[in-house]
Amino acid sequence: MAARTEAVSGDDAALSVRGLTVDLPKGMERTHAVENISFDLKRGQILCIIGESGSGKSVTANTIMGLLPKLIPVSSGAIHLDGSAIIGAPAKKLRGLRGRVVSMIFQDPLSALNPLMTVGEQITEVLTAHGVGTKASRRKRAIELLTEVGLPDPELMYYQYPFRLSGGQRQRVMIAMALALEPTVLIADEPTTALDVTTQAQILKLIRDIQRRKGMSVMFITHDFGVVAEIADSVVVMEKGRVVEQGSAEQVLKSPTHPYTQRLIAAVPHLTGKDRAVREKASNETILKIEGLSKTYRSGSALFGSQRIVPAVKDVSFDLTAGRTLGVVGESGSGKSSLGRLLIKLQDSDGGRILFEGRDIAKLSESEFRPLRPRIQMIFQDPFASLNPRSTIGQILTVGPVAHGMPYAQAREEARALLAHVGLDAGAFGRYPHEFSGGQRQRIGIARALMFKPKLLIADEAVSALDVSIQAQILKLLDQIQRETGVSMIFITHDLRVASQICDEIAVMQKGQIVERGPPSQIFLDPRSAYTRELVAAIPGERPRDTRPIAVNS
Amino acid sequence: MRGFLLNRLSQSLVLLLIVSVIGFVVLNLIPGGPLAQFGLDPSMTQDDLNRLKEQLGLNRPLWMQYLDWAWRLVQGDWGHSFRDGAPVLDVIGRHLVATLLLMGSSTVIAIAIGTWIGIRGATHRYSVFDYLATVGAMVALSIPTFWFGLVGIYVFSLRLGWLPAGNMYTIGDGSALNYLHHLIMPSIVLALVHVAIWSRYMRTATLDVISQEFVKTARAKGLSERRILMKHVVGNALLPMITLAGMQLPSVLTGALVTETVFTWPGMGRLFLDSLGYSDYPVVMGLLMFSAILVVLCNLIADIVVAIIDPRIRLS
Repeated sequence: MAARTEAVSGDDAALSVRGLTVDLPKGMERTHAVENISFDLKRGQILCIIGESGSGKSVTANTIMGLLPKLIPVSSGAIHLDGSAIIGAPAKKLRGLRGRVVSMIFQDPLSALNPLMTVGEQITEVLTAHGVGTKASRRKRAIELLTEVGLPDPELMYYQYPFRLSGGQRQRVMIAMALALEPTVLIADEPTTALDVTTQAQILKLIRDIQRRKGMSVMFITHDFGVVAEIADSVVVMEKGRVVEQGSAEQVLKSPTHPYTQRLIAAVPHLTGKDRAVREKASNETILKIEGLSKTYRSGSALFGSQRIVPAVKDVSFDLTAGRTLGVVGESGSGKSSLGRLLIKLQDSDGGRILFEGRDIAKLSESEFRPLRPRIQMIFQDPFASLNPRSTIGQILTVGPVAHGMPYAQAREEARALLAHVGLDAGAFGRYPHEFSGGQRQRIGIARALMFKPKLLIADEAVSALDVSIQAQILKLLDQIQRETGVSMIFITHDLRVASQICDEIAVMQKGQIVERGPPSQIFLDPRSAYTRELVAAIPGERPRDTRPIAVNS
Repeated sequence: MRGFLLNRLSQSLVLLLIVSVIGFVVLNLIPGGPLAQFGLDPSMTQDDLNRLKEQLGLNRPLWMQYLDWAWRLVQGDWGHSFRDGAPVLDVIGRHLVATLLLMGSSTVIAIAIGTWIGIRGATHRYSVFDYLATVGAMVALSIPTFWFGLVGIYVFSLRLGWLPAGNMYTIGDGSALNYLHHLIMPSIVLALVHVAIWSRYMRTATLDVISQEFVKTARAKGLSERRILMKHVVGNALLPMITLAGMQLPSVLTGALVTETVFTWPGMGRLFLDSLGYSDYPVVMGLLMFSAILVVLCNLIADIVVAIIDPRIRLS
């Protein structure tokens, strides 16, 4: 290991990575997790590392933290953190650096905190581990930190357990924990990806404020160019384990030179503000009319007074014209997914009417609804979990139609034709889901739904689990299918940018109710409700760049 | 929390009711009935048998017998043994301590050793230790308890002469050491299968927790591996194990019945077999109800302990 021969690139780098190569175990799709990557994180700056899944950005972060699993060893390169060499350093030295010189926050604040320990214990633990302070001074420091990250009632918060906090609050606790010993470098691994858009905006602001105030250096890993535009001073773009482009945020965002960066930036969905062109075949016929639909979840037992009542959908009404797409947008817990499940009758509603082609399906029993089921189909969020791993694609596609009376030979022919239609080759018919990538599986999911020649497609977060470039392809495919078949669509998503790409009309949901409904131009450019305004304002990277203060790059 | 307790308690009562009905009906469906043993006695005439039936109330319809029995049970009168006329609760009480001693000591052994093997197997996954523990668990699970007992007696009592072959104490020697000496082999034999079960579950639970994000957080904070294991991993991994401990109780009880027979241990297992042999229905029903209550109670305690430890249940 040539750690000594590479000079640290001056004092202005808090973190410097030189020629880092990390091997992958044999039999993986490539030989290296990251290959010969070099970059510097300058003191007092925010460096964004951006890339799609599998680009090696998280491996890079874990290598810097010394948290790589033993299975994937560093084969060459050097990392200097605040002057000290990381690669080849003994475990004990690395442990001394972690939490003190370099800290990390993670993607999912729900699982990143120990459920059995109070917030206070988890923060003071950092101080204890590094032998800092007394019991009383540690407690004082923890409360100081909780105040600093903007949590309400720090004294009370100290004794809270994580399950009591919201996702945003938990991420604030994580940040407090990471800041406990005022580290030189903070590594944030997709810290806002699991959060709602309004919460994301707050957390991004918090990280930026703290970074400015303390002159901390932040390495921020993300897959979202919107986030990059929001906070980055400089950017490193990674693809398949290699750094393909790096430079200042201005430079990379405005004039990307590498084709991959250009493709990525082009694929980022933007708020269009423009309405979708009406299709030629469009009719004015209403295919779906919802009137006063509601659903309340009850849990626990009414007998012993421990019952919990959660109104998920409250008095929702809308209608959908045939061949058009209605976007249902909302944050987590807004009731958008419950609404989707009610429409396809995976759940029974408590009240209201669902008029599908003029017939109220809300009151139909399971057996009465069964003949109608093929006409309303769903595309699910998780292309990994929604396909049975033990069935071939052919079986997945044909089992439903055959059960509804289609001869197998015909089903097979249609399935092959559909696979070609959604952009897969006919050879996919005999293969198993694990042989396909996420985007391909989502295509299979779409083909499965189309097998029934449905009149109405309900897509529940159908592109949320996919990388942006794949996302763009799937959105294009859905648009193409709608133009060809005239199917109507309800597109449920948390991502306003995605909704603006594909929807003719958007309904914004909050706490089980539709707070605003209108064409994208109205929702994004002239929102009528305060909540919609807040949502639109929170979208990262959508404000004009010149309103954002940019740190001066030396 | 109060609602949760009331809810669980009412469930338990319904469960006990069902157990008692099934037990009572099944026992009385067995051919022969409680007086079968007298049928073999040539000096008993049919008149004698009828009189006995009349005295014991066995000529009434079954549902009446059940209600009568159940009502007395609730009031604390568990009936009298057909064998010696002693109250059932007294009979059970005489054998209870021996069984509880055996069950308690083997449960402690099983949990202590099983937890250790499970955690070590998870932290040293695919090591020689892990491999041997897996094979050992399979062996312990696939060989019946009585066989281990017999082999143990042959090796340690007959061949080596280290441990007594049976009984709870040597007559005339009531010292604690003597009790302990007699307790070693039966409790280990009874514990074996539970060490195997416990270690497998503990290994899985530990592996689950180790791959959780908060363990990574703990590493990122710079904690020592030891503290991560003790403070973050073990606590979370033991949580599902408490429920398991409650659920394992019936199997420990069943195992105790077999072990007691092998080691002539004067506990409830021996009493149960003897009472069945004598068609001593009141004692058999008493034992059935007693063990049902014990199992229900322990499960209830396990749930309450989990609720106390887990803030997600305690505070919601």
